[in-house]
Amino acid sequence: MISGESTHFFSRTALMYVYMGHMRWNDIKPYEDWFWAKNRIQLVEDWVISIDYTNKSITTRSGKTLQYDKLVLALGSKPNKFGWPGQDLKAVQGLYSRQDLEMLEAVSPLVREAVIVGGGLIGIELAEMLLSRGIKVTFLVREKQFWSNVLPIQEAQLISKHILKHHVDLRFENELAEIVDDGTGSAGAIITKSGERIPCQFVGLTAGVSPNIDLVRNSELETKNGILINTFFETSIPNVYSIGDCAQFREPVAGRRALEQVWYTGRIMGETLAQTLCGNRQAYNPGPWFNSAKFFDIEYQTYGNVGASLAAGEAEFYWEHAAGEKCIHLVWDKDSGIFKGINTFGIRMRHELFDAWLRKKALVEEVVKHLRSANFDPEFYAHFEPEIIAAFNRASGKNVQLKPKTWWKNLLNT
Amino acid sequence: MKQLKYIGLTLFLGGLIVFTLLVFSGNFRLTEELMRSNLSEMELTNLGERMSAEIVDKNYTSPVSFGNAVIQIYNETNQQFRNAQQWDRVMYTPPKEFALKLARVASTGWIPAHKALLFFLTFGLGIIGALLFVLTELKLGGPAGIKNNGIYQRAATNRGWVGISTFIFLVSFYVLLYYFPYALVNCTLAVDPVKHLFNPADTASQWFLYGFLYCVVMTVMGVRMIIKYRHNNYQVVRTVVVVFFQLIFAFLLIEILPLFDLPARDLKNAWPLDYTFLFEWNVQQLLDSGHFGKFLFAWGIVLSLVIVPVMVYFYGKRWYCSWVCGCGGLAETLGDPYRQLSSKKLSAWKLERWLIHGVLVFAIIMTFFTGYLTYNVINNPDMESKEYLVGISAYDVRELYGFLIGSVFAGIIGTGFYPIFGNRTWCRFGCPLAAYMGLVQRFKSRFRITTNGGQCISCGNCSTYCEQGIDVRAYAQKGQNIVRSSCVGCGVCAAVCPRGVLKLENGPEQNRFGNEGPIVLGNNGFEIQN
Ligand SMILES: Cc1cc2nc3c(=O)[nH]c(=O)nc-3n(C[C@H](O)[C@H](O)[C@H](O)COP(=O)(O)OP(=O)(O)OC[C@H]3O[C@@H](n4cnc5c(N)ncnc54)[C@H](O)[C@@H]3O)c2cc1C
Ligand code: SF4
Repeated sequence: MISGESTHFFSRTALMYVYMGHMRWNDIKPYEDWFWAKNRIQLVEDWVISIDYTNKSITTRSGKTLQYDKLVLALGSKPNKFGWPGQDLKAVQGLYSRQDLEMLEAVSPLVREAVIVGGGLIGIELAEMLLSRGIKVTFLVREKQFWSNVLPIQEAQLISKHILKHHVDLRFENELAEIVDDGTGSAGAIITKSGERIPCQFVGLTAGVSPNIDLVRNSELETKNGILINTFFETSIPNVYSIGDCAQFREPVAGRRALEQVWYTGRIMGETLAQTLCGNRQAYNPGPWFNSAKFFDIEYQTYGNVGASLAAGEAEFYWEHAAGEKCIHLVWDKDSGIFKGINTFGIRMRHELFDAWLRKKALVEEVVKHLRSANFDPEFYAHFEPEIIAAFNRASGKNVQLKPKTWWKNLLNT
Repeated sequence: MKQLKYIGLTLFLGGLIVFTLLVFSGNFRLTEELMRSNLSEMELTNLGERMSAEIVDKNYTSPVSFGNAVIQIYNETNQQFRNAQQWDRVMYTPPKEFALKLARVASTGWIPAHKALLFFLTFGLGIIGALLFVLTELKLGGPAGIKNNGIYQRAATNRGWVGISTFIFLVSFYVLLYYFPYALVNCTLAVDPVKHLFNPADTASQWFLYGFLYCVVMTVMGVRMIIKYRHNNYQVVRTVVVVFFQLIFAFLLIEILPLFDLPARDLKNAWPLDYTFLFEWNVQQLLDSGHFGKFLFAWGIVLSLVIVPVMVYFYGKRWYCSWVCGCGGLAETLGDPYRQLSSKKLSAWKLERWLIHGVLVFAIIMTFFTGYLTYNVINNPDMESKEYLVGISAYDVRELYGFLIGSVFAGIIGTGFYPIFGNRTWCRFGCPLAAYMGLVQRFKSRFRITTNGGQCISCGNCSTYCEQGIDVRAYAQKGQNIVRSSCVGCGVCAAVCPRGVLKLENGPEQNRFGNEGPIVLGNNGFEIQN
């Protein structure tokens, strides 16, 4: 296993917690260091600079040559840069790698004000990180509300309000035009497309990521945005596979995207490819979509598909708690009543149940009446199911009765 | 708000400094009359002459110098008797207790004359300061939610100099408390006003001081805990309950029961954590104390052998460790800032299993010996050397246990090392009751921590903040439930998880371990066949 980024595998999703002092670097490594040798996995800390597909060998920056029988390319992503003037100045960076984290750590003591460009999941994490060091944050979001290209407007608003509550200067429908040099080769201010100048000593570029395929872009390996693969993760070259953020399906599996850049899909791809490599050829066959995130203090989970806007033939129900920090959003097929997906904010839900409901195409009524059993919040938390169901019945004209809590496993068998 | 916080800190440190200075200051002068009225007849015969010549009417300026002088005479005299084989004259009061008793009465001057003021300058300032400090978090900490910012960047919580100083302070306190209680005599004077609320005729012992301090610390740090987790009802309820049990059962009842001539016992303290339960003096005292005493004796047995395992079966050992227990209560309140310091290494887990089960075996053997002695004392009063079983004295066994486990492990290492090894060192490596409940929890219980399908992102917050050093992530990232004997069910893993992956719950034993294969929910491709 070769990586130039770090000696040992670490959890990329936890980078923010190292910066914020919740954990040390060692704590975000999912396995202790002895794990790899014990499991006969040899680690090489080095950058691969070229691949010779004919002789099945790779060369690393330090001059090593390694032979392979099968090669798996899991190169990950890199932050998008859209050719903004000044994007290569010092104190201008994305947040993706360990090196990014170290750079950020190094500039932080000099930063009083920061601007973050791009309102997505990494942007909001970066905002939280900088705030934890007392840095004032201006957050430029291209959309109408935070992440409203992915979230329905109600949820996007709810999160936007929460971001404001954390004293982030959140600017909607605002884009970066250029970054201004402070005279020392470092960022000194930014200018927005509307012409406003915002002084800052740090610019975070978090306008999405794209596959990190510089290594293979101009080789005989077929690529588009990412490395092109079939559902068995096979690339255009025999014995070369690709998974994770850098892989692009020629034909996505039903209901999925060609590029899937999240932790969970990376894991599922890895599990599946391992079967193939061990002689049990398997196609990528993920279950119903799920994802999660945390926006400052509000947790988000999603099961199935809830789009930013309702698709044709879909019906929806949205409930928001009076305090405005919890909500759920249900979507189902209007004609058949089949449950399509849920967004839940501030209320944890049980993955197993939703997975089962989505797979067996349960009706929305079934989901709603069992919300109490599907709740995954810690004990002693307040419950809102009666309120939710009453609102659901009012809005949909249906008449669903809340079922008392049953052990969730028992629901799987019915 | 920030200023208020620093004022709080200053007041708190002020209280702490006064408290510490008390160990080094004071005036001690034992008059002839005081000596005569405070020594027993035997002590007077044995020690009176030397004490009159060497100590009486002399001025000492610290409790330690006074206490050491007293102990020297006491020990030397005893040694003479031993050398002369005059066994009937040897005195058996522990010298440290003897010194404490005299130091109390010999204390003169400003300190004993201003107990109430001293109480204010130590406990008063400490409580007000600490409360100010933690209450400002409500504003300074931002909206409710998990705010572990800076924990690994602050010297107090990352084994930095503040942590090391705290560690030295705590260990010193325990060493004084257990082995040199007379050094704390001024501190006991400072809590006399509290003791007098219960019994105006009585004075505060070092154990009253400790018990009171324990309650104060747990309450103030409990307030901190509740503020920190105010968005999490499990934590709020649990903290209120565990502090309640400490205040009512471990403190108030202990003070109140004797006022009615009833034996003072902590009703929630279960064997083998309560290792003196079968000691002959305990059993005798209980059996001699009428119906209530007999009830306590029966209660102790039922609690340990029936209530504890049955409750663990239904709710896991958390019902005790995180909701009721005093040691656990201190760990969950005072110890909360240190929970991340417990080692998550596999090697630590291996050590843990040997140690804690070793202590359990030791506790059982010790209880067996002492039970034999107690049986003889009650049923064979005429028997010679009742304490000897297979040539070993029950007194020796339990003294060793009391020293190694009762004070060094539970006190000095258990609490003193909070800032170094984390807050549950005793509960994880040493507590025999935890070991006993752990066995039940692991093999026969409805409790587990459920992992929410495939939602884990392997971030490591759960493992980091597990005070028991469980590598929670190792299970969660594989979609497995967490079923571990050491889990005390504090619920913090579930609280800090940013993806809502963990839930403490009680459910059918069937399928308790959840997904056992390495393939995590969300992958429909295939299953691992067993
Ligand atoms: C800050 C942040 C937070 C995130 N949070 C979440 C989240 O909460 N939930 C979620 O689902 N997803 C999250 N993600 C996305 C998730 O981390 C990625 O989808 C996942 O890490 C992709 O895994 P991968 O193995 O494909 O690539 P990577 O994790 O990027 O691994 C690729 C590795 O290959 C190395 N590499 C690349 N080229 C070479 C070369 N030529 N030679 C040697 N080594 C090379 C890279 O340095 C890197 O170490 C987050 C991402 C970031 C950056
Ligand atoms: S805290 Fe939650 S997401 Fe992070 S490793 Fe633990 S279970 Fe997984």
